[in-house]
Amino acid sequence: MNGIDTETCAVEVTDLTVAYANKPVLWDVDLALPGGTLMAIVGPNGAGKTTLIKAILGLLPIAAGQVLIYGKPYTDQRKLVAYVPQRGSVDWDFPTSVLDVVTMGRYGALGWFKRPGKDDQALAMDALAKVGMDHLADRQISQLSGGQQQRTFLARALVQDADVYFMDEPFQGVDATTERAIVALLQELRAAGKTVIVVHHDLQTVPEYFDWVMLLNVRRIAAGPVADVFTEANLRKTYGGRVAFMGKNGGAGPGAAGVQAVATPEAGRTGGG
Amino acid sequence: MTVTQLEIQLVALVVAVACALPGVFLVLRRMAMMSDAISHTVLLGIVIGFFLTRSLDSPLLVLGAAAMGVLTVSLVELLNRTGLVKEDAAIGLVFPALFSIAVILISRFARGVHLDVDAVLLGELAFAPFDRITFLGVDMPKSLAVMGGILVINIVFIVLFYKELKLSTFDAGLAAAFGFSPALIHYGLMTLVSITAVGAFDAVGSILVVALMVTPAATAYLLTDDLRRMLLLSALIGGLSAVGGYWLARTLDANIAGSIATVTGLVFLAVLLFAPSRGLVAIASRRRRQRWEFAQAMLLIHLLHHESKPEATLENRTDHLLEHIRWSPSFAEQVIRYGERHGTLRRRAGTLLLTDSGRTLARSSMIE
Amino acid sequence: MTLFDLLQSIFTDYTIRTVALGTLTLGVVSGALGTFAVLRKQALMGDAMSHAALPGVVLAFMLTGQKSPAVLTLGAALAGLAGVLLIVVITRYTRVKQDSSLGIILSVFFGFGLMLLTFLQRNPDARQAGLNSFLFGQAATLLTRDVVVMALFGGAALLLMLLFWKEFKLLSFDRDYGASLGFPMQYLELLITSLLVVAIAIGLQAVGVVLMSAMVVAPAAAARQWTNRLGIMVVLAALFGAMAGVGGTLLSSMGAGLSTGPVIVLAVSVITTASLLFAPSRGLVWRWVQQQRNRRRLRTDQVLGNLYTLAGQHDDLDHPHTEEALRIMGEGARGVSASLAALAERGLVRRVDATRWALTPAGVTVAREKFDTGDAASTGDGAAGGNAGTHTEAVQP
Repeated sequence: MNGIDTETCAVEVTDLTVAYANKPVLWDVDLALPGGTLMAIVGPNGAGKTTLIKAILGLLPIAAGQVLIYGKPYTDQRKLVAYVPQRGSVDWDFPTSVLDVVTMGRYGALGWFKRPGKDDQALAMDALAKVGMDHLADRQISQLSGGQQQRTFLARALVQDADVYFMDEPFQGVDATTERAIVALLQELRAAGKTVIVVHHDLQTVPEYFDWVMLLNVRRIAAGPVADVFTEANLRKTYGGRVAFMGKNGGAGPGAAGVQAVATPEAGRTGGG
Repeated sequence: MTVTQLEIQLVALVVAVACALPGVFLVLRRMAMMSDAISHTVLLGIVIGFFLTRSLDSPLLVLGAAAMGVLTVSLVELLNRTGLVKEDAAIGLVFPALFSIAVILISRFARGVHLDVDAVLLGELAFAPFDRITFLGVDMPKSLAVMGGILVINIVFIVLFYKELKLSTFDAGLAAAFGFSPALIHYGLMTLVSITAVGAFDAVGSILVVALMVTPAATAYLLTDDLRRMLLLSALIGGLSAVGGYWLARTLDANIAGSIATVTGLVFLAVLLFAPSRGLVAIASRRRRQRWEFAQAMLLIHLLHHESKPEATLENRTDHLLEHIRWSPSFAEQVIRYGERHGTLRRRAGTLLLTDSGRTLARSSMIE
Repeated sequence: MTLFDLLQSIFTDYTIRTVALGTLTLGVVSGALGTFAVLRKQALMGDAMSHAALPGVVLAFMLTGQKSPAVLTLGAALAGLAGVLLIVVITRYTRVKQDSSLGIILSVFFGFGLMLLTFLQRNPDARQAGLNSFLFGQAATLLTRDVVVMALFGGAALLLMLLFWKEFKLLSFDRDYGASLGFPMQYLELLITSLLVVAIAIGLQAVGVVLMSAMVVAPAAAARQWTNRLGIMVVLAALFGAMAGVGGTLLSSMGAGLSTGPVIVLAVSVITTASLLFAPSRGLVWRWVQQQRNRRRLRTDQVLGNLYTLAGQHDDLDHPHTEEALRIMGEGARGVSASLAALAERGLVRRVDATRWALTPAGVTVAREKFDTGDAASTGDGAAGGNAGTHTEAVQP
């Protein structure tokens, strides 16, 4: 683990506030996430989930507060961090191949001017194999399905061989195979002591996939181990009236495995079936 | 002022207003660059019309030009729909091609004819009064009659289809659901833009057509949210720029069309900087104020959090606070002074205390 | 003049050679850099830049009193860059959208340049202002020193593009990701925009303001149709630009009174149109052929399925049916005869008499494979499943 002090938090956010033009989109958010944890960020649309990730990564100016990655500012720890943007944020008709996109994960390590070489491509191929995409390495990216696009992005982040991963809605609109592949990958990363922060929509799968959860709605409603904070009361606070709690199978305790929250269309689909 | 001068200004004014009205819809529909495309390709329509009629005065020329404008729009849309090229690339492909054809046709087959490509691009308002006709028994510059007619057509179209234009501009889907064909309105508008461009470029040149269609409308867009008011403002700004541009040109002994474009640009710049609430100055000062308000609210909320707790005396000490919020000492000092000035907090022996109004403000910012 | 003479003139005729070298340089540089503009969805930026260059040219002349190509090109580039930065500011900080900002900067800068120029010459008539060369370019007047300046500026721009290749690719494909890796994306954006401005500034003298935008957009748009790799796309765009440049120069040298700029643009438009139509796999003609083939295959399958369904209703799988019956089942779809002919060719159906057709044993096998989901087809259920689901009620037992 690159000589990282495992005592310090992997990600420590204090009093983070972000404002667009005239209104705050994140207000006074705190987080102290221990290493080796899988954390979901959940909250209604416009809660600032993506903003939080982008602010942590320095992609948005922050109004106040501080972000530390393993005890140091992000700019010093860039090599420890990998980012998986939303799939829809790029033009998939861009003239490039899957392997080429994944190789981009090496650009940070290469620095200015240097071109990726054979070694970098080999690393990219390894990452593609991990997401089960190595047979598609030469494919033009416009010919990929949504799930394959997502796996390409994941492979690109894997190539960075980071310690902390930020993923913006990796489960958005992917097929069941990809979803399983991503979950397996997350568990593999955790087993290797990595930390993963995932913007997530499907409340139902939170207890199954993640160790930690942050409930966010402009302010941090709660953050901590799923068993402690993923409660009906906290969800109600996060989603306001918009959340409908359908039947508590066998009286859901804390951990809320039985809470079927219909907070998003995605979750609603499964709840309604 | 001589009659000639007056007539030039009148032509400029009418052209400007005629352009400014459809321009509003182009700006709102994010099709401003279509005016650039159309104002160039109508030349091909005129050339073809000229080959068919062998005359430069035939009204068929205007029809041909308008048809070419609509054809340009259709070609761009067709190209977009193939998905082979992206967004504005389609415009960038279609109009230079059609314009090149026109230029080549003119230089190859219409030499010696008074169909001057420079004139099309640049126009020469100063000569407008010399080309005269008698219309309704009144002797007037031909371009005044033509542009006057086009202005009337524009006004009539916009008044008649105001509701439809408005609806299809803001919500094409809803317009379609109500049974107004957005495509019909769209092509109607594009025909209007084409006719206006044909009439106007004869007088002012095609590049000024773009200036007069887009700039006043965009300026008005910075000033109002109301479509009716935007139309009026756009026409007003266009008209004033035309007259102002004329006098600027007189003063400098420079080209009138270029001067009018410059004035529209200056008006836009002034509004861009100083428009109430949407100008850059207003935005900057609002940002600055909000930054202070924001910082103050953060500080107040922080104080509130710790106020009633035992650690308050420690947490709310100025130095400790700074470490926590991570403001620079000078910025924090300024925020504290801002708070003191606005009566939201007090300082007592190195500790910050909320006032009643500060407490209220902190609570309300939290609920917000 | 024969084609051979024409090509030979490149080597023998000094003027044509100079012009061809100039337009070649222009085509290569604008084609290559235009690729990035098109991929970053800034195709019309080139149009705005070229118009915005006019006041730069005039001011450069006013300030230095020189007409040297380097000075004028630099003035053009600076004004173009100023225009782009204003467009960015207007779009980012106000509600005015990109298309309007482009239109405003394009027309106002150009108008301002026109005003300056006429003021400078103390002659308000724009037509006598010598603007013609600026509007349409005057490739024919290109001198060796002009071409040298073009090659120097353009070569430097291309060199920088190659140097920052990886970074520009990242910027064009996924800006946020690049920023997360620590690359200063806004400076890279400024750099690539400046390079495009240089490409446009060197092209103005050859093809002029109005048509320069085509040299940025068209080669890149054409190249995109032929390849799925950025590197190849840039090379192809440069090649197409060069072809259009040299080809246009030669063509215009043949005809009297043809200015080079429009002919070059027409040449590049022809290349683009051909690419949009005929490029393999993306081209429209290609796609249309593919579509027809699919449609025909679907239709043939449907006819086979219908015949199978009808046969299923009789316990006798080679029971013949009329073409008319098949037409009715296909809801009047055309091409039943053609489909039957195609099936007969594959030995799946046979003509029983003038109007009736029946499945062959091979046809039954194929139909069974295609349309039966479960076991035996004797009830026809399976066949209905493969029959676009429209005639289920007709075959219910």
